Amino acid sequence: MNDKLLLALGTASALFLVRNLYTMFLVLPDEAAQGAIYRIMFFHIPSWFTCFSCFFISGVISAYAIAKRNFKADSWSVSITEVGLAFTMIGLATGMIWAKVIWGIWWTWDPRLTWAFITALVYGGYLMMRNMIDDPSERLRLTGVLNVFAFVSVAITYKAIDWWRTQHPGPVLSFRTGGGNIDPAIESMIYQNWLALLMLAIVLVGLRFRQEETKREIEGLRRLAYAR
Amino acid sequence: MLRASWLVFLKDVRMEFRGKEALNAAVAFALVVLVLFSFAFDPTSEQIHEISGGLLWILFAFSGVLLINRSFAREQSNDCMNILLSSRVPPSALLLGKAFANTLFILLVELVCLPVFSLFYNINLFALPGWLLLVCVLGTWAIAIIGTVFAAMTVNLRLRELMLPVIVYPMIIPALAAAIQLTTVIASGKTPVGDDLLWLRVLIGFDIVFTTLSIGLIDIVLVD
Repeated sequence: MNDKLLLALGTASALFLVRNLYTMFLVLPDEAAQGAIYRIMFFHIPSWFTCFSCFFISGVISAYAIAKRNFKADSWSVSITEVGLAFTMIGLATGMIWAKVIWGIWWTWDPRLTWAFITALVYGGYLMMRNMIDDPSERLRLTGVLNVFAFVSVAITYKAIDWWRTQHPGPVLSFRTGGGNIDPAIESMIYQNWLALLMLAIVLVGLRFRQEETKREIEGLRRLAYAR
Repeated sequence: MLRASWLVFLKDVRMEFRGKEALNAAVAFALVVLVLFSFAFDPTSEQIHEISGGLLWILFAFSGVLLINRSFAREQSNDCMNILLSSRVPPSALLLGKAFANTLFILLVELVCLPVFSLFYNINLFALPGWLLLVCVLGTWAIAIIGTVFAAMTVNLRLRELMLPVIVYPMIIPALAAAIQLTTVIASGKTPVGDDLLWLRVLIGFDIVFTTLSIGLIDIVLVD
Protein backbone atom coordinates (compact mmCIF):
# COMPACT_ATOMS: atom_id res chain seq x y z
CA MET A 1 0.00 0.00 0.00
CA ASN A 2 1.38 3.39 -0.86
CA ASP A 3 1.95 6.30 1.47
CA LYS A 4 -0.87 8.49 0.25
CA LEU A 5 -3.49 5.79 0.59
CA LEU A 6 -2.39 4.93 4.13
CA LEU A 7 -2.28 8.60 5.10
CA ALA A 8 -5.72 9.23 3.63
CA LEU A 9 -7.22 6.18 5.34
CA GLY A 10 -5.53 7.09 8.62
CA THR A 11 -6.85 10.63 8.52
CA ALA A 12 -10.32 9.44 7.60
CA SER A 13 -10.28 6.95 10.47
CA ALA A 14 -9.12 9.61 12.93
CA LEU A 15 -11.82 12.07 11.83
CA PHE A 16 -14.43 9.33 11.96
CA LEU A 17 -13.35 8.37 15.50
CA VAL A 18 -13.52 11.99 16.67
CA ARG A 19 -16.99 12.33 15.20
CA ASN A 20 -18.03 9.02 16.82
CA LEU A 21 -16.69 10.12 20.19
CA TYR A 22 -18.71 13.34 19.90
CA THR A 23 -21.90 11.38 19.18
CA MET A 24 -21.22 8.87 21.93
CA PHE A 25 -20.62 11.37 24.67
CA LEU A 26 -22.73 14.36 23.73
CA VAL A 27 -25.62 13.06 21.64
CA LEU A 28 -26.51 9.61 22.97
CA PRO A 29 -28.08 9.55 26.47
CA ASP A 30 -26.97 7.32 29.36
CA GLU A 31 -28.34 3.80 29.27
CA ALA A 32 -31.22 3.13 31.67
CA ALA A 33 -29.73 0.17 33.55
CA GLN A 34 -25.99 0.73 33.27
CA GLY A 35 -25.57 4.50 33.28
CA ALA A 36 -22.57 6.04 31.59
CA ILE A 37 -20.31 2.98 31.53
CA TYR A 38 -22.26 1.32 28.71
CA ARG A 39 -20.36 3.60 26.31
CA ILE A 40 -17.30 1.39 26.66
CA MET A 41 -19.26 -1.15 24.62
CA PHE A 42 -18.80 1.11 21.59
CA PHE A 43 -15.17 0.06 21.76
CA HIS A 44 -15.51 -3.35 23.38
CA ILE A 45 -17.83 -4.99 20.84
CA PRO A 46 -16.22 -3.51 17.69
CA SER A 47 -12.72 -4.45 18.85
CA TRP A 48 -13.82 -8.07 19.24
CA PHE A 49 -15.35 -7.94 15.77
CA THR A 50 -12.07 -6.56 14.46
CA CYS A 51 -10.10 -9.22 16.29
CA PHE A 52 -12.27 -12.07 14.92
CA SER A 53 -11.97 -10.65 11.40
CA CYS A 54 -8.20 -10.30 11.72
CA PHE A 55 -7.65 -13.84 12.96
CA PHE A 56 -9.96 -15.31 10.36
CA ILE A 57 -8.33 -13.44 7.47
CA SER A 58 -4.86 -14.16 8.78
CA GLY A 59 -5.63 -17.89 9.04
CA VAL A 60 -6.87 -17.97 5.43
CA ILE A 61 -3.84 -16.01 4.19
CA SER A 62 -1.51 -18.32 6.11
CA ALA A 63 -3.10 -21.34 4.46
CA TYR A 64 -2.46 -19.66 1.10
CA ALA A 65 1.10 -18.77 2.12
CA ILE A 66 2.04 -22.34 3.00
CA ALA A 67 0.28 -23.78 -0.05
CA LYS A 68 2.05 -21.42 -2.49
CA ARG A 69 5.19 -20.75 -0.39
CA ASN A 70 4.39 -17.07 -0.82
CA PHE A 71 6.48 -14.71 1.33
CA LYS A 72 4.24 -11.71 0.77
CA ALA A 73 1.26 -13.65 2.10
CA ASP A 74 3.36 -14.66 5.10
CA SER A 75 4.12 -11.00 5.83
CA TRP A 76 0.45 -10.10 5.49
CA SER A 77 -0.61 -12.84 7.84
CA VAL A 78 1.83 -11.86 10.59
CA SER A 79 0.91 -8.18 10.27
CA ILE A 80 -2.78 -8.98 10.50
CA THR A 81 -2.27 -11.30 13.47
CA GLU A 82 -0.30 -8.68 15.35
CA VAL A 83 -2.98 -6.06 14.82
CA GLY A 84 -5.62 -8.64 15.76
CA LEU A 85 -3.77 -9.35 19.00
CA ALA A 86 -3.67 -5.64 19.78
CA PHE A 87 -7.44 -5.50 19.39
CA THR A 88 -7.77 -8.61 21.57
CA MET A 89 -5.95 -6.69 24.28
CA ILE A 90 -8.24 -3.68 23.80
CA GLY A 91 -11.23 -6.03 24.03
CA LEU A 92 -9.90 -7.63 27.21
CA ALA A 93 -9.03 -4.29 28.83
CA THR A 94 -12.34 -2.60 28.01
CA GLY A 95 -14.22 -5.72 29.10
CA MET A 96 -12.40 -5.77 32.41
CA ILE A 97 -13.13 -2.11 33.10
CA TRP A 98 -16.80 -2.72 32.33
CA ALA A 99 -16.86 -5.83 34.53
CA LYS A 100 -15.35 -3.94 37.48
CA VAL A 101 -18.14 -1.37 37.30
CA ILE A 102 -21.08 -3.68 36.57
CA TRP A 103 -20.08 -7.00 38.17
CA GLY A 104 -17.79 -5.53 40.84
CA ILE A 105 -14.87 -7.75 39.82
CA TRP A 106 -12.13 -7.35 37.23
CA TRP A 107 -12.20 -10.89 36.02
CA THR A 108 -14.32 -14.00 36.31
CA TRP A 109 -13.61 -17.42 34.78
CA ASP A 110 -16.61 -17.13 32.57
CA PRO A 111 -16.15 -19.22 29.41
CA ARG A 112 -16.11 -16.29 27.02
CA LEU A 113 -13.53 -14.46 29.10
CA THR A 114 -11.54 -17.65 29.36
CA TRP A 115 -11.77 -18.06 25.60
CA ALA A 116 -10.45 -14.54 25.04
CA PHE A 117 -7.53 -15.24 27.33
CA ILE A 118 -6.74 -18.53 25.57
CA THR A 119 -6.88 -16.79 22.20
CA ALA A 120 -4.41 -14.18 23.36
CA LEU A 121 -2.11 -16.98 24.58
CA VAL A 122 -2.37 -18.99 21.35
CA TYR A 123 -1.53 -16.02 19.12
CA GLY A 124 1.09 -14.78 21.58
CA GLY A 125 2.75 -18.19 21.17
CA TYR A 126 2.57 -17.82 17.40
CA LEU A 127 4.33 -14.45 17.50
CA MET A 128 6.91 -15.78 19.97
CA MET A 129 7.68 -18.67 17.69
CA ARG A 130 8.20 -16.34 14.73
CA ASN A 131 10.94 -14.58 16.62
CA MET A 132 12.78 -17.82 17.26
CA ILE A 133 13.16 -18.99 13.67
CA ASP A 134 15.85 -17.23 11.68
CA ASP A 135 15.49 -18.87 8.30
CA PRO A 136 12.67 -17.11 6.36
CA SER A 137 11.42 -20.10 4.40
CA GLU A 138 11.41 -22.29 7.50
CA ARG A 139 9.58 -19.52 9.34
CA LEU A 140 7.00 -19.35 6.59
CA ARG A 141 6.33 -23.09 6.67
CA LEU A 142 6.30 -23.64 10.41
CA THR A 143 4.48 -20.56 11.61
CA GLY A 144 2.05 -20.81 8.68
CA VAL A 145 1.03 -24.29 9.84
CA LEU A 146 0.89 -23.04 13.42
CA ASN A 147 -1.42 -20.20 12.39
CA VAL A 148 -3.83 -22.59 10.67
CA PHE A 149 -3.83 -24.80 13.78
CA ALA A 150 -4.33 -21.73 15.94
CA PHE A 151 -7.40 -20.62 14.03
CA VAL A 152 -9.03 -24.07 14.07
CA SER A 153 -8.29 -24.49 17.76
CA VAL A 154 -9.61 -21.05 18.63
CA ALA A 155 -12.79 -21.73 16.64
CA ILE A 156 -13.37 -25.06 18.42
CA THR A 157 -12.73 -23.46 21.80
CA TYR A 158 -15.22 -20.74 20.92
CA LYS A 159 -17.84 -23.36 20.09
CA ALA A 160 -17.11 -25.27 23.28
CA ILE A 161 -17.99 -22.23 25.38
CA ASP A 162 -21.61 -22.42 24.24
CA TRP A 163 -21.90 -25.56 26.33
CA TRP A 164 -20.58 -24.02 29.47
CA ARG A 165 -22.77 -21.85 31.60
CA THR A 166 -22.07 -18.27 30.77
CA GLN A 167 -22.09 -15.10 32.77
CA HIS A 168 -21.15 -12.88 29.87
CA PRO A 169 -24.14 -10.87 28.60
CA GLY A 170 -25.88 -12.67 25.73
CA PRO A 171 -26.10 -11.30 22.21
CA VAL A 172 -27.86 -7.95 21.92
CA LEU A 173 -27.25 -6.98 18.30
CA SER A 174 -30.20 -7.56 15.99
CA PHE A 175 -28.42 -9.92 13.60
CA ARG A 176 -28.12 -12.37 16.50
CA THR A 177 -31.40 -11.76 18.32
CA GLY A 178 -33.77 -10.69 15.56
CA GLY A 179 -34.05 -7.15 16.93
CA GLY A 180 -35.81 -5.43 19.81
CA ASN A 181 -33.11 -5.81 22.46
CA ILE A 182 -31.20 -2.67 21.76
CA ASP A 183 -31.91 0.93 20.83
CA PRO A 184 -31.31 1.36 17.06
CA ALA A 185 -29.26 4.54 17.65
CA ILE A 186 -26.90 2.66 19.97
CA GLU A 187 -26.67 -0.31 17.66
CA SER A 188 -25.86 1.84 14.66
CA MET A 189 -23.21 3.60 16.73
CA ILE A 190 -21.58 0.24 17.41
CA TYR A 191 -21.39 -0.50 13.70
CA GLN A 192 -20.10 2.97 12.90
CA ASN A 193 -17.37 2.66 15.46
CA TRP A 194 -16.52 -0.77 14.12
CA LEU A 195 -16.03 0.82 10.71
CA ALA A 196 -13.73 3.43 12.24
CA LEU A 197 -11.71 0.81 14.11
CA LEU A 198 -11.56 -1.38 11.03
CA MET A 199 -10.10 1.53 9.06
CA LEU A 200 -7.57 2.05 11.82
CA ALA A 201 -6.74 -1.66 11.74
CA ILE A 202 -6.17 -1.54 7.98
CA VAL A 203 -3.76 1.39 8.38
CA LEU A 204 -1.87 -0.44 11.13
CA VAL A 205 -1.71 -3.62 9.09
CA GLY A 206 -0.42 -1.64 6.10
CA LEU A 207 2.34 -0.08 8.17
CA ARG A 208 3.26 -3.36 9.83
CA PHE A 209 3.30 -5.16 6.47
CA ARG A 210 5.80 -2.66 5.13
CA GLN A 211 8.04 -3.20 8.17
CA GLU A 212 7.83 -6.94 7.71
CA GLU A 213 8.78 -6.74 4.04
CA THR A 214 11.71 -4.44 4.84
CA LYS A 215 12.82 -6.83 7.55
CA ARG A 216 12.85 -9.73 5.12
CA GLU A 217 14.78 -7.65 2.60
CA ILE A 218 17.39 -6.78 5.24
CA GLU A 219 17.66 -10.44 6.22
CA GLY A 220 18.24 -11.35 2.58
CA LEU A 221 20.90 -8.67 2.15
CA ARG A 222 22.63 -9.74 5.33
CA ARG A 223 22.77 -13.31 4.13
CA LEU A 224 24.16 -12.12 0.83
CA ALA A 225 26.83 -10.13 2.64
CA TYR A 226 27.83 -13.16 4.72
CA ALA A 227 27.94 -15.35 1.64
CA ARG A 228 30.46 -13.08 -0.05
CA MET B 1 1.10 -45.96 4.94
CA LEU B 2 -0.12 -47.80 8.02
CA ARG B 3 2.68 -50.33 7.59
CA ALA B 4 5.25 -47.58 7.51
CA SER B 5 3.80 -45.93 10.59
CA TRP B 6 3.78 -49.31 12.36
CA LEU B 7 7.50 -49.58 11.63
CA VAL B 8 8.15 -46.10 12.98
CA PHE B 9 6.05 -46.95 16.03
CA LEU B 10 8.06 -50.14 16.67
CA LYS B 11 11.33 -48.27 16.22
CA ASP B 12 10.36 -45.56 18.70
CA VAL B 13 9.02 -48.02 21.25
CA ARG B 14 12.12 -50.20 20.98
CA MET B 15 14.43 -47.20 21.35
CA GLU B 16 12.53 -45.96 24.37
CA PHE B 17 12.37 -49.31 26.10
CA ARG B 18 16.10 -49.87 25.66
CA GLY B 19 17.00 -46.67 27.49
CA LYS B 20 13.74 -45.86 29.29
CA GLU B 21 15.18 -42.38 29.86
CA ALA B 22 12.15 -40.28 29.03
CA LEU B 23 9.68 -42.79 30.42
CA ASN B 24 11.43 -43.05 33.80
CA ALA B 25 11.74 -39.29 33.99
CA ALA B 26 8.07 -38.79 33.14
CA VAL B 27 6.86 -41.35 35.70
CA ALA B 28 9.11 -39.89 38.39
CA PHE B 29 7.92 -36.39 37.53
CA ALA B 30 4.29 -37.48 37.68
CA LEU B 31 4.76 -39.10 41.10
CA VAL B 32 6.47 -36.01 42.47
CA VAL B 33 3.60 -33.83 41.27
CA LEU B 34 1.11 -36.28 42.82
CA VAL B 35 2.80 -35.71 46.17
CA LEU B 36 2.81 -31.95 45.63
CA PHE B 37 -0.94 -32.02 45.02
CA SER B 38 -1.47 -33.16 48.60
CA PHE B 39 -0.11 -29.81 49.78
CA ALA B 40 -2.31 -27.80 47.43
CA PHE B 41 -5.55 -28.87 49.13
CA ASP B 42 -6.78 -31.01 51.97
CA PRO B 43 -6.15 -34.56 50.74
CA THR B 44 -8.72 -36.12 53.04
CA SER B 45 -11.67 -33.90 52.10
CA GLU B 46 -14.64 -34.81 49.94
CA GLN B 47 -13.64 -32.06 47.54
CA ILE B 48 -11.20 -34.46 45.93
CA HIS B 49 -14.06 -36.09 44.00
CA GLU B 50 -14.80 -32.84 42.25
CA ILE B 51 -11.22 -31.97 41.34
CA SER B 52 -9.75 -35.41 40.68
CA GLY B 53 -10.34 -35.20 36.92
CA GLY B 54 -8.65 -31.83 36.68
CA LEU B 55 -5.65 -32.89 38.73
CA LEU B 56 -5.12 -36.08 36.78
CA TRP B 57 -5.35 -34.50 33.34
CA ILE B 58 -3.09 -31.60 34.24
CA LEU B 59 -0.63 -34.22 35.42
CA PHE B 60 -0.98 -36.23 32.18
CA ALA B 61 -0.62 -33.13 30.03
CA PHE B 62 2.54 -32.08 31.85
CA SER B 63 4.26 -35.43 31.80
CA GLY B 64 2.95 -35.99 28.26
CA VAL B 65 4.68 -32.91 26.91
CA LEU B 66 7.83 -34.01 28.73
CA LEU B 67 7.71 -37.29 26.78
CA ILE B 68 6.71 -35.70 23.48
CA ASN B 69 9.61 -33.28 23.66
CA ARG B 70 11.94 -36.25 23.22
CA SER B 71 9.99 -37.61 20.27
CA PHE B 72 11.79 -35.71 17.51
CA ALA B 73 14.77 -34.60 19.57
CA ARG B 74 15.70 -38.29 19.67
CA GLU B 75 16.28 -38.18 15.92
CA GLN B 76 18.70 -35.30 16.02
CA SER B 77 21.80 -37.31 16.89
CA ASN B 78 23.63 -38.81 13.90
CA ASP B 79 21.34 -36.87 11.55
CA CYS B 80 18.62 -39.51 11.86
CA MET B 81 15.90 -37.00 10.96
CA ASN B 82 17.25 -36.47 7.45
CA ILE B 83 17.66 -40.19 6.92
CA LEU B 84 14.09 -40.81 8.04
CA LEU B 85 12.80 -38.09 5.72
CA SER B 86 14.75 -39.30 2.73
CA SER B 87 13.64 -42.89 3.34
CA ARG B 88 10.46 -44.06 1.69
CA VAL B 89 8.42 -43.36 4.82
CA PRO B 90 5.99 -40.51 4.03
CA PRO B 91 5.89 -37.66 6.60
CA SER B 92 2.30 -38.52 7.54
CA ALA B 93 3.30 -42.08 8.39
CA LEU B 94 6.21 -40.77 10.42
CA LEU B 95 3.86 -38.48 12.31
CA LEU B 96 1.30 -41.23 12.95
CA GLY B 97 3.93 -43.71 14.08
CA LYS B 98 5.43 -41.23 16.49
CA ALA B 99 2.01 -40.14 17.75
CA PHE B 100 1.08 -43.79 18.40
CA ALA B 101 4.33 -44.32 20.27
CA ASN B 102 3.78 -41.17 22.33
CA THR B 103 0.22 -42.26 23.09
CA LEU B 104 1.55 -45.58 24.36
CA PHE B 105 4.16 -43.84 26.54
CA ILE B 106 1.63 -41.45 28.07
CA LEU B 107 -0.80 -44.34 28.65
CA LEU B 108 1.96 -46.15 30.52
CA VAL B 109 2.46 -43.10 32.73
CA GLU B 110 -1.32 -43.08 33.31
CA LEU B 111 -1.20 -46.78 34.14
CA VAL B 112 1.17 -45.96 37.00
CA CYS B 113 -0.53 -42.74 38.11
CA LEU B 114 -4.15 -43.85 38.21
CA PRO B 115 -3.74 -46.63 40.80
CA VAL B 116 -1.34 -44.48 42.84
CA PHE B 117 -3.79 -41.57 42.79
CA SER B 118 -6.62 -43.95 43.69
CA LEU B 119 -4.68 -45.32 46.63
CA PHE B 120 -3.20 -42.14 48.03
CA TYR B 121 -6.30 -40.02 47.74
CA ASN B 122 -8.75 -42.73 48.72
CA ILE B 123 -10.91 -42.52 45.63
CA ASN B 124 -12.11 -45.33 43.41
CA LEU B 125 -11.34 -44.45 39.81
CA PHE B 126 -11.87 -47.95 38.51
CA ALA B 127 -15.59 -48.35 39.12
CA LEU B 128 -16.17 -48.05 35.37
CA PRO B 129 -13.00 -49.44 33.78
CA GLY B 130 -14.37 -49.37 30.22
CA TRP B 131 -15.29 -45.70 30.39
CA LEU B 132 -12.01 -44.81 32.04
CA LEU B 133 -10.07 -46.58 29.31
CA LEU B 134 -12.08 -44.85 26.58
CA VAL B 135 -11.57 -41.40 28.04
CA CYS B 136 -7.89 -42.05 28.68
CA VAL B 137 -7.26 -43.25 25.14
CA LEU B 138 -9.18 -40.39 23.50
CA GLY B 139 -7.70 -37.71 25.73
CA THR B 140 -4.19 -39.08 25.40
CA TRP B 141 -4.48 -39.23 21.63
CA ALA B 142 -5.50 -35.55 21.60
CA ILE B 143 -2.38 -34.63 23.60
CA ALA B 144 -0.17 -36.92 21.54
CA ILE B 145 -1.23 -35.89 18.04
CA ILE B 146 -1.04 -32.14 18.65
CA GLY B 147 2.08 -32.53 20.73
CA THR B 148 3.82 -34.59 18.04
CA VAL B 149 3.07 -32.09 15.26
CA PHE B 150 4.35 -29.25 17.37
CA ALA B 151 7.36 -31.26 18.47
CA ALA B 152 8.21 -31.62 14.78
CA MET B 153 7.84 -27.87 14.39
CA THR B 154 9.87 -26.86 17.42
CA VAL B 155 12.61 -29.49 17.20
CA ASN B 156 15.18 -27.09 15.71
CA LEU B 157 14.36 -24.12 17.94
CA ARG B 158 16.79 -22.81 20.50
CA LEU B 159 14.23 -22.91 23.32
CA ARG B 160 12.54 -26.14 22.29
CA GLU B 161 11.67 -27.36 25.78
CA LEU B 162 10.04 -24.04 26.58
CA MET B 163 8.26 -23.39 23.32
CA LEU B 164 6.47 -26.73 23.02
CA PRO B 165 4.34 -26.39 26.18
CA VAL B 166 3.63 -22.74 25.43
CA ILE B 167 1.96 -23.60 22.14
CA VAL B 168 0.56 -27.04 23.01
CA TYR B 169 -1.36 -26.31 26.22
CA PRO B 170 -3.62 -23.51 24.98
CA MET B 171 -4.56 -25.56 21.91
CA ILE B 172 -5.53 -28.75 23.73
CA ILE B 173 -7.81 -26.95 26.17
CA PRO B 174 -11.11 -28.18 24.62
CA ALA B 175 -9.90 -31.79 24.74
CA LEU B 176 -8.52 -31.42 28.25
CA ALA B 177 -11.74 -29.79 29.45
CA ALA B 178 -13.78 -32.65 27.99
CA ALA B 179 -11.51 -35.32 29.46
CA ILE B 180 -11.56 -33.58 32.84
CA GLN B 181 -15.36 -33.42 32.90
CA LEU B 182 -15.72 -37.06 31.94
CA THR B 183 -13.07 -38.27 34.36
CA THR B 184 -14.71 -36.36 37.20
CA VAL B 185 -18.04 -38.02 36.41
CA ILE B 186 -16.41 -41.45 36.22
CA ALA B 187 -14.52 -40.85 39.48
CA SER B 188 -17.82 -40.27 41.26
CA GLY B 189 -18.93 -43.71 40.08
CA LYS B 190 -21.67 -42.52 37.72
CA THR B 191 -22.04 -43.61 34.11
CA PRO B 192 -21.76 -40.54 31.84
CA VAL B 193 -25.24 -39.69 30.54
CA GLY B 194 -27.02 -36.70 29.00
CA ASP B 195 -24.83 -33.61 29.14
CA ASP B 196 -21.73 -35.66 29.83
CA LEU B 197 -22.04 -37.40 26.48
CA LEU B 198 -21.72 -33.97 24.89
CA TRP B 199 -18.19 -33.88 26.27
CA LEU B 200 -17.50 -37.26 24.77
CA ARG B 201 -18.55 -35.81 21.42
CA VAL B 202 -16.27 -32.81 21.95
CA LEU B 203 -13.40 -35.18 22.66
CA ILE B 204 -14.06 -37.38 19.63
CA GLY B 205 -14.64 -34.38 17.37
CA PHE B 206 -11.44 -32.76 18.58
CA ASP B 207 -9.47 -35.93 17.87
CA ILE B 208 -10.91 -36.28 14.38
CA VAL B 209 -10.42 -32.63 13.41
CA PHE B 210 -6.86 -32.39 14.61
CA THR B 211 -5.78 -35.80 13.35
CA THR B 212 -7.02 -34.85 9.88
CA LEU B 213 -5.44 -31.42 10.04
CA SER B 214 -2.14 -32.83 11.27
CA ILE B 215 -1.93 -35.48 8.57
CA GLY B 216 -2.82 -32.86 5.97
CA LEU B 217 -0.27 -30.30 7.08
CA ILE B 218 2.66 -32.45 8.20
CA ASP B 219 4.06 -32.57 4.65
CA ILE B 220 4.71 -28.85 4.95
CA VAL B 221 6.36 -29.15 8.35
CA LEU B 222 8.67 -32.06 7.59
CA VAL B 223 10.74 -31.39 4.51
CA ASP B 224 14.40 -32.21 4.09
